[in-house]
Amino acid sequence: MFVSYKWLAQYVDLSGQTPQELAEKITHAGIEVEGVEIPATEMKNIVVGYVKTREQHPNADKLSKCLVDVGEEEPVQIICGAKNVGAGQYVAVAKTGAVLPGNFKIKRAKLRGEESNGMICSLSELGIESRLTPKEYAEGIFNFPNDVTPGEDALAALNRDDAILELSLTPNRSDALSMIGVAYEVAAILDRDVNLPAPNPTESEEKASDAIQIRIDTPKDNPIYIARVVKNIKIGPSPIWMQTYLMNAGVRPHNNVVDITNYVLMEYGQPLHAFDLDRLGSNEIVVRRASEGEKFVTLDDTERTLSADQLVITNGKEPVALAGVMGGANSEVHDGTVNVLIESAYFEGQIVRAASKAHSLRSEASARFEKGVDPARIQAACDRAAELMVELASGTVLSGSVIAGELAIESKRVSITLEKLNMRLGTDLQMGDVEDIFRRLQFETETNGNEITVTVPTRRGDITIAEDLTEEVARLYGYDHIPLTLPEGTVKPGSLTSYQLGRRVVRRYLEGTGFNQAITYSLTSAKRASEFALEHRAPVALSMPMSEERAYLRQSLIPHLIEAAAYNNARQIPSVALYETGSIYLNEGENVQPKEEERLAGIVTGVWHEHLWQGEKKAVDFFTVKGIVEGLTARIGLAERITFQKAAPAGFHPGRTAEVLLDSESIGFVGQLHPTISKEMDVKEAYLFELKLDVLLNASREDLAYTAIPRHPFISRDIALVVDSTVEAAALDAVIKQAGGTLLTSVRVFDVYEGERMEEGKKSVAFALTYADPEKTLTDEEVTAVHEKVLAALKEQAGADLRA
Amino acid sequence: MEQKLKELQSQALEKIAAAANLKELNDVRVAYLGKKGPVTEVLKGMGKLSAEERPKMGALVNVVRETISKSIEEKQELLEAAAIEQQLAQESIDVTLPGRPVKQGSHHPLTRVAEEIEDLFIGMGYTVAEGPEVEQDFYNFEALNLPKDHPARDMQDTFYITPELLMRTHTSPVQVRTMQKHEGRGPVKIICPGKVYRRDSDDATHSHQFAQIEGLVVGENIRMSDLKGTLDVFAKKMFGEDREIRLRPSFFPFTEPSVEVDVSCMCGGKGCSICKGTGWIEVLGAGMVHPNVLEMAGFDSNKYTGFAFGMGQERIAMLKYGIDDIRHFYTNDLRFLKQFSVHE
Ligand SMILES: [Zn+2]
Repeated sequence: MFVSYKWLAQYVDLSGQTPQELAEKITHAGIEVEGVEIPATEMKNIVVGYVKTREQHPNADKLSKCLVDVGEEEPVQIICGAKNVGAGQYVAVAKTGAVLPGNFKIKRAKLRGEESNGMICSLSELGIESRLTPKEYAEGIFNFPNDVTPGEDALAALNRDDAILELSLTPNRSDALSMIGVAYEVAAILDRDVNLPAPNPTESEEKASDAIQIRIDTPKDNPIYIARVVKNIKIGPSPIWMQTYLMNAGVRPHNNVVDITNYVLMEYGQPLHAFDLDRLGSNEIVVRRASEGEKFVTLDDTERTLSADQLVITNGKEPVALAGVMGGANSEVHDGTVNVLIESAYFEGQIVRAASKAHSLRSEASARFEKGVDPARIQAACDRAAELMVELASGTVLSGSVIAGELAIESKRVSITLEKLNMRLGTDLQMGDVEDIFRRLQFETETNGNEITVTVPTRRGDITIAEDLTEEVARLYGYDHIPLTLPEGTVKPGSLTSYQLGRRVVRRYLEGTGFNQAITYSLTSAKRASEFALEHRAPVALSMPMSEERAYLRQSLIPHLIEAAAYNNARQIPSVALYETGSIYLNEGENVQPKEEERLAGIVTGVWHEHLWQGEKKAVDFFTVKGIVEGLTARIGLAERITFQKAAPAGFHPGRTAEVLLDSESIGFVGQLHPTISKEMDVKEAYLFELKLDVLLNASREDLAYTAIPRHPFISRDIALVVDSTVEAAALDAVIKQAGGTLLTSVRVFDVYEGERMEEGKKSVAFALTYADPEKTLTDEEVTAVHEKVLAALKEQAGADLRA
Repeated sequence: MEQKLKELQSQALEKIAAAANLKELNDVRVAYLGKKGPVTEVLKGMGKLSAEERPKMGALVNVVRETISKSIEEKQELLEAAAIEQQLAQESIDVTLPGRPVKQGSHHPLTRVAEEIEDLFIGMGYTVAEGPEVEQDFYNFEALNLPKDHPARDMQDTFYITPELLMRTHTSPVQVRTMQKHEGRGPVKIICPGKVYRRDSDDATHSHQFAQIEGLVVGENIRMSDLKGTLDVFAKKMFGEDREIRLRPSFFPFTEPSVEVDVSCMCGGKGCSICKGTGWIEVLGAGMVHPNVLEMAGFDSNKYTGFAFGMGQERIAMLKYGIDDIRHFYTNDLRFLKQFSVHE
């Protein structure tokens, strides 16, 4: 909503308030003023000029040579390029030395040999957006419609020296969608009176009801329809003050009749429509629902196909307007219009919204109907328009309004006690303070002991409950005056749940190992949504995505992490270590909330460890990520329940990937990204993991018990085994542990060899075994006895020979 | 014999003094005190002495032995010290060369902000509540006083999955779910961080996915002044002790009254590019929980009141760290992320 300061000053005394001060106060009281613009500040030296003569420029076809009276002793010669310049026009002249928007300075010039002392201006040269300039002047210079004096300030005459306040209205404050509504707000803030227009059009003998009849077929959609008839109108431009006020409010001037309806719309917030009575095609107005598929040409010359959820104004046969949205071309006011019907009605917000949405026609009118107009202003707005048509279009108003339907003007009564009000706000207000605030708002009040009952005017439809009264008091009392307190009562200590704490532990662990936390998008493409999914389900789809790239919910964190790694790789960052914790979404069927599971995933590329001057450089490999996952599970107390087994899930390198198991439950994978995908996605050799973080954290052990530090020495024995190449280390490890029993305290692989020195199809795996007894110092004989058992079991169960 | 011993002693002491290293010193020890050395030889010759002379000579031999041993010990200490000196000198390194790197990752700035806020409120007795990102229309809108035809739904452009399921547009549904769990009994004190989604085109200031953090307190006697006091604590902790807050009336369907909360700018009110010359920065939205919201979640709105506030994690991070483009948070450029490895 654009509010003209000069226009507003007609309803409320703004003396002593600069536009900026006023804007600050309005913002502070609850309606945000986004900006204050005074167009004239970037212009100067622009006056009204009178074109005395115009002749063809001797050396240029498209230029005119004009003598212009600018209020000085001698007229000045100006060369003008506009087609519509002519003698006898009053125009805006930027004199030599003038400044136009964009710091455009006007200098004395010679154009094709003729001197030019200034410039005759178009409205857009004066900073008015071309969508707002009257159509007849859109292509050329502007002509003042009524008498102005050469030499007077053209910026003032065009209200370019006005201040325009841009209000950003929250949906509840549609009362401020009118100048009068803003006036009430400002009057309350400044504690001043509101001066409302009191329209009282002079009426002729002829009765309006003889000229038109109105019938409403759908009173729910349209409870009231008021019409006035104005005859013998002379269509012409509206006065400059009205045109400029409209332009400052963001409305394009057309002619006096249309401008009046728009002016009253902006003034009262009540949308009006003017029909050419003679082109209506009948002497009746019938309001009904459109029939399905009914055709109608709106005044923008577009044929619309209507549906039964839209409301139309008809002449009894065919539509003449789409109710609350736009009039029809067939009954539009035009230059030859003589008799006019003014419509002022209440259309239900829902039905107007449906129509404006269906036809993508949002207008100042539809916006107001959608929010609900003030029932108390329907008649007044109609009267006001009729009055202005007498004044500005020489019309004759027929006697009376024609009214169909009825709409009760009911003011709501809302009560609150002083205790409750003070308790809600934390204030210590007295009843007198509260009464005074409502007096400023012009709400009637009634005080009964400690309770105040407020009669809320219909213009403030947003106030319905006691809390709304609290807000009115708070905003006018001032939030700055509310004290700072903290909730009273005992404070129970807060804490993270063990799950939330576990998540932080996981993040810290990974960051400690060198991973950087990534956050990627949950929405993805159809292709990515199914890649790397641990379960095969149809991905959840958005019903109206904004792009194919963000149309589905992800089922794995990996695809976007690969994209992030590729992004970095492409920017001279070959070594990447990224991890993410976040939700994935599993389809549970139509209209069922998807199952959200929290996952942990990571990607590494490039060099893992690098210490160049000492010659250390280690590229990432499978064991980098596996080690990190092992460390992680140890960190959350699950190391002993985690195992890895070879797997070849889609997207992974089939020879370098392991499935991770918690007990026997599969909880994810670690492995190398399939080289084909690496190539396809432009990422270096990459290693990945994705784990079910929720499963891990829910299984995570919280109890921690001390075990005694060993007091007796341990004995180490190394063994180098020769086995078939296909035998996995984990299998040997299991055999050793089982045979070693309780005395065997640790088993570690310390060497793996496969190659020239080995027989074809064989490899050597060496283990370091540690034996200890918590109770006593083991003897060599005791260890040897167990160790022999281990070797025998290895031979028997894994075909392992000791390496010679 | 006595003469011979004295000569031996002085010879030995000379050689000890001349020993240049531990090996030479050891040679001296072997030469004079060893089993085949001259002192031992003298001892062996003592059998020829008379009974009177024998003890006297015995004592003398011991004195000589001890003098030599002691001298060797002293010399040995000197030589060992010198040897260590030498070894240390040889082992000297250029300590200005870079150390072996220990990898250090980083915390995403949004996580930093969220955890900092969580911890601040945990300290004030709040717990952290989380909930689903794909929500029912009921929890995201209806239970928050936004019925299906509410005009304010225009303000929230939503990714729908079905007419009843959507990507949550704020973390407020978590508040509703938490209140429901309380079955009408207060107090409720929660902080809700999480991802939210809106149908926005991504640019420097908009992101279709972003992160919020909201707070909710419901109890018997919760006042607007409590909201103001709580947010004052928040602003001072997050942005600095010298910061102040300002409340401006606003509108949200789920709170009444509703306010926008500004924090004073670090320019101290002089005006700068961050506050666009106003001295204040808009940081969050807040208000007193609307009675309809309390009632729908099972609370008696005559007995209970509450306040709620919510903010964008990105906005806080952008202000705190001077980040100029919201897309940085989701690009995962390591040159960006690594700037957040320093502990605060
Ligand atoms: Zn500033």
